[in-house]
Order: sequence, then C-alpha cells, then structure tokens
Amino acid sequence: MYNKTNSSEITQSMKMVSAAKYSRAERELKQARPVGVGAQQFYAKAEIQPPEDAPQKLIIAMTSDRGLCGAVHTSVVRQIRNELQKSAENTKVICVGDKSRAILQRLFGYEFSSGKIVYNRFKSVVSYSTQQMPVFSLNTIATAPKLSVYDSLDNDVIQSYLEFSLASLIFYALKEGACSEQSSRMTAMDNASKNAGEMIDKLTLTFNRTRQAVITRELIEIISGASAL
Amino acid sequence: MKLIFAAGNQVCKTGNQVFYDSVAVKQVDVPSFSGSFGILPKHVPTLAVLKPGVVSVFENEGAVKKIFVSSGTVTINDDSSVQIIAEEAAAVDQLDSAAARDVLSKAQSELSSASTDQAKAEAAIAVEVGEALVKAVE
Repeated sequence: MYNKTNSSEITQSMKMVSAAKYSRAERELKQARPVGVGAQQFYAKAEIQPPEDAPQKLIIAMTSDRGLCGAVHTSVVRQIRNELQKSAENTKVICVGDKSRAILQRLFGYEFSSGKIVYNRFKSVVSYSTQQMPVFSLNTIATAPKLSVYDSLDNDVIQSYLEFSLASLIFYALKEGACSEQSSRMTAMDNASKNAGEMIDKLTLTFNRTRQAVITRELIEIISGASAL
Repeated sequence: MKLIFAAGNQVCKTGNQVFYDSVAVKQVDVPSFSGSFGILPKHVPTLAVLKPGVVSVFENEGAVKKIFVSSGTVTINDDSSVQIIAEEAAAVDQLDSAAARDVLSKAQSELSSASTDQAKAEAAIAVEVGEALVKAVE
C-alpha cells in the first residue's frame, strides 16, 4: 500500500512539472510557428512535387529522449513504420531523439531527391496530430516546372536558401514536438495518478477486509475454545 | 502584399521573434547577397539569401520599421506574399551601439586568433555581422 501511495505522488509531481514546462513550450511554439509556416510557403506556392523517376526518399523522425508521455513518440514511429512496410526500398530514415532511434536505424551520406519530416503538430492541451512536412533536394527544386516563374536564381542562392529553410523547418518541428510531448505527458501523468488512486482504494478495501477476517477468526477460536470447557 | 517576418532567436523581454504574421504592408527593402532590393506588390517571384543588414518595412499606415537581421531567407511568391525568415533579428532602435562595437571587436580578435579553416570562416561571418551591426546603429 505504501508503494502505491508513493507512485501516485511521483506521477502527481511529474504532472506538475510537465504542466510548468508545457506552458513554456507553448509560449515558445507560438513564436516559432510563423518561422515554420513561412518556410513552408515556398514549397506550397511553387507546387514542387517529388520526381517520379528518382524515388530516393528521406524521412526525418522528430522525437525526443524522454518517455512517459503517452503515445507521442510511438505515433511518429508507427507512421514511419507503416510507410516502410509499404515500400522500404529507396528510403532512408534520420532519427532525432533516442526514442525513435531505439526502433529505427540511423544512416548518413545519402543522396535523396525528396523527403519529409514526420512530427507531432500541437493542436491543444489534449490533442496533437502526427503530420508530415515535405523537404526537397536541390535537384528536385531546380527541375520543378514552376520554378521558372521565380526570377534571377542561381544554384548558389537555391542551395543556401534550402539549407536555411531546412534548418527553419527542423527548428519548427522540434518546437511543435516539444509542446506536444509536454502536453501529452501532462495527460498521461494525470491518468496515471488517477489509476494509482483507484488502485489505492481497491487495495485499502482488500486490506481492511483481510484484517477483519483475521480478527473474526481469532474471536471465533477463543469463543469456541471457551464454550468447550 | 502579405508579409510574414519571423526570426529564430530567443524571445527576450524587449524583443519579439515574430515581427509580422501575414500582415499587409506597402513595401519591404531587404539586403541580399545578390544586392539590396525593394519589394513592392506584384514583384516578380524570387528567392534570395539575406545578408547581415537592415530590413526596412513600410507599413500601410505610413510607419517605417527598421529591423536588423543577421542572415536568413526571403521568398517572394507569385501571389505577392513575402516570407522573411531570419536567423536572428532585432528592431534597430533596440540595438545598443556600445554592445554592437563590442561584438565587432570581439569577432575581429577571434578572426586574428583563429587557427583552423572552419574557425576562420566562422569568425569572418561574425565580423561581417558585427560590421553590419555597427553600421546599423550609427
């Protein structure tokens, strides 16, 4: 019984900690969102599509090092796993955070033509959705049909542009992920405290019943002993 | 012309990371590696890489806001929307001229003491930012 009371205290305080961290993460996310939205605009407006003749794909998994936060990490990993099961050929995965690396393998030095970042987009305290953001390589951008409407571009400019925009996207995805993680941990710990509470009630009941049974049995033994004399 | 202007630096007490979030403005002047240029509505779509310097935003109400950027990207799309994503940015009137000179002299001494190619390149970038910073506050 002592142990259960203890663990409910732990989950309760973890919930408090993540509530505090969550409010900070949300504040930072609010500032970071325009960065991500702005960086994504070009890809959407220029209608860049992954090339059909170059199937080399890259998937970036955005998770963190810490567990105990519900299904935040598993939902990212599950989405990638489903994709790999469909076609694992020509696909490489880069993992951010220990949680996804535990399941997926990290690889380097790979020429990709199109890729995506899988991350948890924060919606509200109680919900997030696992989403994907596209990223493209220099070649894919340079051969995109709608690129010709963009004026005075050379490869240097596009290269620097892409590097910075990828950095912005990752920055943004990390912020989204951190916020989802904290909010999810808050809910998970709240549930854990509730479950522990229920368990404490049940165990206290069993404990009292057993104690009663022992006392009653001893009484019966004494009484029947006395009446036999 | 819708402008998104955001930066990746930490939020401090005085400054805010997001300067404009889809706000309509009249004109934006940006310093880029292919030269400084002004963006008016219906500018031809283009991409550019920001150079350390001052971005001037001419708001619809007539106010002109000057913001220093260290580096970043500017995107102009064919629907006349503009996105400026900066690595670090701060309003020019919040910059401290003495601190700016400190940054420059520190970067210069780092450049002279840098031994590896990478350290040299990093210090050179810091000097470039520092020079632009000093110029911006003058």
